[in-house]
Amino acid sequence: MSHHQDNPFYDPSLKKRHRASKYFLWYAKGSLIFSIGFLCFFLLDIVITGLPAFKQTYINIEVSFNEKTIKSTRKAIDKKYRRLASRAWLRNIPRLLEQQPELMNTTQYMWVLADDQVDQYAKQHHHKLKPKQLALVEEMIASDQLDIQFNTLFFSKGDSKIPEYSGILSSVIGTILTLLVTMAVAFPIGTMTAVYLEEFAEDNRFSQWIEININNLAAIPSILFGLLGLAVFINLFGMPRSSPLVGGLTLALMTLPIIIVSARAALRSVPDRIRQAGYGLGLTKIQVVKDHVLPLAFPGIMTGSIIGMAQAIGETAPLIIIGMIAFIPDSPSSIMQASTVLPAQIFTWAGMPERAYVERTAAGIIVLLSVLISLNTIAVYLRKKFEVKW
Amino acid sequence: MNPFASTNQYREKQEKAITALLFAATAITVFTTFGILFSILFEAIEFFQIRSFWYFITGSEWSPGIEDSKFGAVPIFAGTFMITFIALLVAIPVGLGSAIYMSELASDNIRNIVKPLLEILAGIPTVVYGFFAALTLAPLVVQVSHFFGLDASFNSALACGLIMGVMMIPLISSLSDDVITAVPDFQRQAALALGMTQGETIRNIVLPSAMPGIISACLLAASRALGETMIVVMAAGLRANLTWNPLEDMTTVTVRIVDAMVGDQAFDSPATLSAFALGLVLFIVTLIINVFSLIMIRKFKEKYRINTL
Repeated sequence: MSHHQDNPFYDPSLKKRHRASKYFLWYAKGSLIFSIGFLCFFLLDIVITGLPAFKQTYINIEVSFNEKTIKSTRKAIDKKYRRLASRAWLRNIPRLLEQQPELMNTTQYMWVLADDQVDQYAKQHHHKLKPKQLALVEEMIASDQLDIQFNTLFFSKGDSKIPEYSGILSSVIGTILTLLVTMAVAFPIGTMTAVYLEEFAEDNRFSQWIEININNLAAIPSILFGLLGLAVFINLFGMPRSSPLVGGLTLALMTLPIIIVSARAALRSVPDRIRQAGYGLGLTKIQVVKDHVLPLAFPGIMTGSIIGMAQAIGETAPLIIIGMIAFIPDSPSSIMQASTVLPAQIFTWAGMPERAYVERTAAGIIVLLSVLISLNTIAVYLRKKFEVKW
Repeated sequence: MNPFASTNQYREKQEKAITALLFAATAITVFTTFGILFSILFEAIEFFQIRSFWYFITGSEWSPGIEDSKFGAVPIFAGTFMITFIALLVAIPVGLGSAIYMSELASDNIRNIVKPLLEILAGIPTVVYGFFAALTLAPLVVQVSHFFGLDASFNSALACGLIMGVMMIPLISSLSDDVITAVPDFQRQAALALGMTQGETIRNIVLPSAMPGIISACLLAASRALGETMIVVMAAGLRANLTWNPLEDMTTVTVRIVDAMVGDQAFDSPATLSAFALGLVLFIVTLIINVFSLIMIRKFKEKYRINTL
């Protein structure tokens, strides 16, 4: 203590100030830890909820194939097992016989898709099995008549009102078709706008106004783009409701600002000496831009487009407004057909009361997030690989 | 005769055509803004022709049924502002703290790890946050408030606001990180040389310099929260409930828009048209906030002559 008094610069409040500084830095560190901690908790929660959906329960029971079972497929299996097997699987028996006619008039032990309640019980979740059914299931587990296999149906089927028979295929195809439209529109228009603003437009009031407009467009609530899509593409141009065409165009308008901003940054990073060398050799402005500036800026534009695409994939609100949350069991085959998209499918499943849909919702989210994280990784990789240091 | 004349003329025409094409592409962005404005405006005007505008902005009862429908939007606006307010209460301190740590304190190694993680957080679709809010956070809020002897709804404004706040953390932190990094180093060095502690330097020198950019980021976040749809559609209530209690269920502008648009009423019924009236309010409010935010960031850029933000 005493040596402080010898120090002419000693400030009695110094200790307090240092402590305040320390607390402040702790606060900054704490906020970051909170954000990252939340991300981990959040991802873990989704993964734990969703992983069981990638497995599905099958039961090994006797199925008899004959004329009678084609008419009334429920009768193909013993009465006591009827509530344990999936209704959707039984309904599919005539189609199975078409594919494998040799099964006709035979009785076989088969692995039959189990009802979602049996599935939930086998996965030790909450279930609604009656005591009698429960005893039967226990018996089957004891005699190895119950097996949990990889859930291929989840990837090969569309939406269904029967939880164990529902999958993401139709919504994934819908997402791909929608994105094709989005990128086919947004990429060329976005690049052209960026070229115009960076290379051709004069720096006057008008281009400043356009720039503010683009930045504002990036921040307009996405749901309002849905109202635009509804009013313009569906009501004015008469395009089919719920179609990937309308969805893709709506998302394209939303993605444009992202692509424009990143493409402009990429064009701006090409040094002026490239342009001047071109002019010096007698090239026209179009030739300089088309043959020299654009190819050099292309990796940057691609990166921006992938990031824009990743955002478009996750967008749900505007697509709900234009009706892309319809119940679509079959995959759409053209951009004019009614379809749904993966996030909209997630939204629909999230509203379903059955427990089996909860894990499917989370599994859909796992698929969606994996795609998004891979896209972002590709974008980062491209940026690193093709980045030119001028 | 000039041997190059004909090709030159052809080239000139080509140049003009391409420039016109590029300009047309640029015009699409302008058309989009006006397209949104007009597609909402016309239907909203139709709504106000059959329903009172005054009751819409001052009335406190919203019941868009077939009979006796009433369209007083005050409880809807109140719910929207309540949820936005809670979200900002979470997002601003945490987002700003993260930005300060990232720009002022973190080593390059930590930055290289944490920045991509925050980008993941920013890239998570809102439908995912909505699912998390409805499935995990809302029951948690109910349990915690039950522990304190309070009654909370499973569609509480608090759960929505909290999760929306977390969603906006990366938005605020990345924008603020950029502006804080852009504050010139000589300001920090001068402050440290005068004997300020690191905390004091950040608080009294760096943050005030970066303030226009930080305010701009917060405004942008507010505009995002006002227009956020999926989280509130999945986790907030449908009932237009005028209350101060964040543990009760409240509804928002976007929830009512979605509810009106997916309903099976005729397109020209007042219930459907009310969505456009609400959309118009949302458009105007977010437009004002966005433009204000853009002006703030422009001021900051001009002050420090930055071109990269």
